[in-house]
This record gives sequence, structure tokens and C-alpha cells, in this order.
Amino acid sequence: MWSFFHKLGSPPWLYGISGSILRWLLPLTLLALVTGLVWGLLFTAPDFRQGNSYRIIYIHVPAAVVALAGYYVMAIAGAINLIWKMKMADVAMKAAAPIGAALTFIALLTGAIWGKPTWGTWWVWDARITSMLILLFLYLGVVALYEAYDNKEAAGKACAVLSLVGTVNIPIIYKSVDWWYSLHQPASIKFTGESSIDPSMLYPLLLMITAFYALFTCCLLMNMRAELLQREARTNWVRKLALAGGRG
Amino acid sequence: MSAPGPAAFCLRLLRRQLVLAVRRPIEIGNPLLFFAMVVALFPLGLGPAPDQLAGFAPGILWIIALLSNLLTSDAVFRSDFDDGSLEQLLLSPQPLYLSVLAYIGAHWLITGLLLALVSPVFALMLNLPGEAIGSLVASLLLGTGVLSLLGCIGAALTVGLKRGGMLISLLILPLYMPVLIFGSAAVQAAVNGSPAGPYLALLGAMLSLAIALAPLAIAAGLRISVDA
Amino acid sequence: MYFQSLDALLHMDGHGVFVWSAYLITSAVIALILVAPGRRRRRFLRQLAGEVKRQQAAAGDTRGGD
Repeated sequence: MWSFFHKLGSPPWLYGISGSILRWLLPLTLLALVTGLVWGLLFTAPDFRQGNSYRIIYIHVPAAVVALAGYYVMAIAGAINLIWKMKMADVAMKAAAPIGAALTFIALLTGAIWGKPTWGTWWVWDARITSMLILLFLYLGVVALYEAYDNKEAAGKACAVLSLVGTVNIPIIYKSVDWWYSLHQPASIKFTGESSIDPSMLYPLLLMITAFYALFTCCLLMNMRAELLQREARTNWVRKLALAGGRG
Repeated sequence: MSAPGPAAFCLRLLRRQLVLAVRRPIEIGNPLLFFAMVVALFPLGLGPAPDQLAGFAPGILWIIALLSNLLTSDAVFRSDFDDGSLEQLLLSPQPLYLSVLAYIGAHWLITGLLLALVSPVFALMLNLPGEAIGSLVASLLLGTGVLSLLGCIGAALTVGLKRGGMLISLLILPLYMPVLIFGSAAVQAAVNGSPAGPYLALLGAMLSLAIALAPLAIAAGLRISVDA
Repeated sequence: MYFQSLDALLHMDGHGVFVWSAYLITSAVIALILVAPGRRRRRFLRQLAGEVKRQQAAAGDTRGGD
């Protein structure tokens, strides 16, 4: 058990193992994504109320779920870095932020595109949408704070504190926007709520959620590999790797 | 002279901050002046119709209070960081949690408290109904405390950076949102004649939570900034 | 397969524009986040290889590449 943690702190080992994980995970992820997309787009019946526009669910919901989970991955990695001063956790935190921001962006954008034919409006100040917008700001804040520091060790710790503060705040923000919206809710827009979903629609959705989790993991590992090399540029193993043309 | 106890040290630190602020009265005046000027901008942008202004007044007043608080929070630790006294504070045996609270207390006294006290004047300029002024002052008193605590987290994280000014707003504004919601909702409730108490209670709960947790984040942020 | 023809698939009873634009933008963003780290890593390795080779050349070939 402990030797695993010691290995986890060793950059060459992490670089090697992430490479071999990616070698089978990446093709599998792409396969799952394409399968899910084709299944959702071509082989499911349209929703009886929303028609074909509901097909956006197969990218909107997975992106939103994984974007939120990604924030917790980032915050936990930051906490590990703060408490145990583990360098690899810092690398993981820095790698997670841009991916999370991209997924949040996808969730917001597809939500807006879905909203137009369904509710007749691009944007609603509903609790879930507003919280996703704030999640995007939190991700971008972490990225901006990291870039602003010249000392990257301090940058990692500062971002860890910021993401932990954000973790405490996300439920508060969500609840307060929820109450605020229920006070102001205009009558014209009704949310369908958590209606039960037909299995023929559920299975491709579950596949897509899994695929997005795998996508997040792949991107995280790839970002970590690039970051590892840059941090370890002075060491022998990275120099040998560079001379070998990146293979090894 | 023996070292003062934590409480005495805290009070001394608070007094020092206040004395420093009183010696530069323009620094105290700036947020109030900012408040007054932005209040003057809104009627020019929205039109001078009194009932329309009164409808927007709770939101306007709260957003301006939030912005002027944000603009001043950047400077809370700046001068002490530059002259090295912040580093001395971190090295001293005093509990950092309480020292940080003294800084925040001073910041709140010279921005939040003053803003809350002068806000009735601006409320009348925006035609806010008289019966809502009480809850406006109360919500500002509670809410600006939370804003000061949150703003100081951003200040502590960016104090070592040369260009922290714009960054702090990106970091902190998302966290301000719940305060804005319940602050303006309290005033709005009073305007509509419904009780503002529940909203004020929620603001009080947020203030308690922020007092308990924010100094920890601020202390960690200050250590990171000084070490960098 | 739910749709009868390619035209029906593209049109999707009037919702095609929304569905397809959402899927296209998502694919573009996913492609971007998948490709960017690999490119960053390879570009860095190329730069570093050049740097190491230059250093070795400057140190003289007597020591050989280690």
C-alpha cells in the first residue's frame, strides 16, 4: 500500500504508467464516445414532448455531471497537495482546471441550444444554469490565479485554497440561487422535472456519462504527462526521453 | 514589556489599522464617494421615473455596496505586505486566526459600517420607500461583514502579485452572489411589506459560517503569499 | 435506425439545426482538449531534444552522448 504511494510520487513511474493506461483507455474512450453519439443520434426514438431536440441530452447531461465531478477532483487534489505536500497532486490539480472549464462550457452552450427549441429562450436564470455559470467562473479563476503567480509552487497552493473555498461555496450558491429563482420564477417557463426516463433512452445516456468520465480521465492524464515533463526538464530521464524522440 | 495576550494583541492590531486609516481620510472617503457617484449613474442610465427607480433601488444599492467593498478589499494587506510587517506577524507567536480577524474587523468598520450608515441618504435619492430603510441598513451591516471576509480571501491570495487588481474580482465575485441575493431580497421584502427577518437570519448564518471558516483560508493564503 | 432518410436525419423535424450545432461544437471542443496536451508534450520534447543536443555539441564530442 505505502509503496504504491511512494511510486505515485515518482514522476518517471507516473509518466510510464499513465502512458500505458492511455494506450488502451484512449481508444476505448473514443469508441464509447462514437458509439454513444451514433446510438443517441440515430437509434433512439424522439421524446414525445420535446421531439428530436432532446437528443442534446446525450452530450449536455454527461458534460454537466463530469464538469461538477471534475471540480471535486480538482479540490481534492488541491487538498492533498496542501496537507501532504504531494507534488503529483499539484500536477493533477493544474491539469484538471482547463478540462473542467471546457466541459462546463460545453454544458452551458448545449444547454442554451437545447433551451431555444424547448422553452423558446436561450437562457433562463434557473438555479442549475446559474450555478454552472458560476462553476465556469470558479474554474477560470483557478486557471487565472495559477497563471498570475511566477512561483509555481505557491501558485499550486494558492489555487488549492481557492478551489477549497469554492467547494464550500458551491452548495451555498446553488441553494441560494434556487430560493431566489423560486421567488422570481416567471410562469411562462415550466421545467419538466425529474420525470422517469425510458430505458431505451437511459442506456445510451449512461454510456455517454461513462464515456465522458473516461474522456476526463484521458485528458487529465495527458495534461499531467505534459506538465510532468516541463517540471522535470532538468532531470536525466526527461532528457533521455527527449533524445529518444518521446518514445520509451 | 511582556508579550500581550491574544485578545489584547488583537485589539492593538485593530486600533493600529484604524489609526492608519484615520490618518489617511481620503482612503476612507473613497468608497463612500464611489458609492455616491455610481448611485448618480443609475438614474442617468435607467431614466428618472421615481417609481421605476424605487423598483430597482434594492438591487442597485446592494450591487454598489458590493462593488465598493470589492474595490477596497484589494488594499487590506497590501501595504503591510510591502513593508514586511505582515511577515513579522506570521512569525509572531500570536494566533493568526485572531490577527486576521482584526484586519477584517478594521476593514469592515471603515467600509461596511460607514456604507451602512450613509446608505439611507442614497436610498432616499433613489426613492426607496421609507419603511425599507431599516432592513436596508440591517442587511448591509450583516452582509458587508460577509463581503469583507470573502474579499480578504482574495486579497490574501493575490497580495504578492503585481497585477492583482483585476484578478481579485474574478476570484471573489462568484462567491459574493449568495450575499447579493439575500441582501437585496431582504430590502425587497420590506418594500413589499413582507417580513425581512428570514433573509436577515440567513445573512446572519452566512456571517457566522464565514467568520468560522474564512480566516482559515485567509491565514493559509497569507502564508502562501509571504512564502512565495 | 430511427430515421427513414438522410434528409430526415439532417432536418430532425425542424430541430436539426439545434441538435447538429450542439453536437458539432461539442465535438470541436472535445477534439481540442484531446489534441492540445499531446501537442504541448511533443513540442516540448522536440525543444528539449534540440537543447540537449546543442549542449552536448558545445561540451565537445569527446565525452560522447551519455
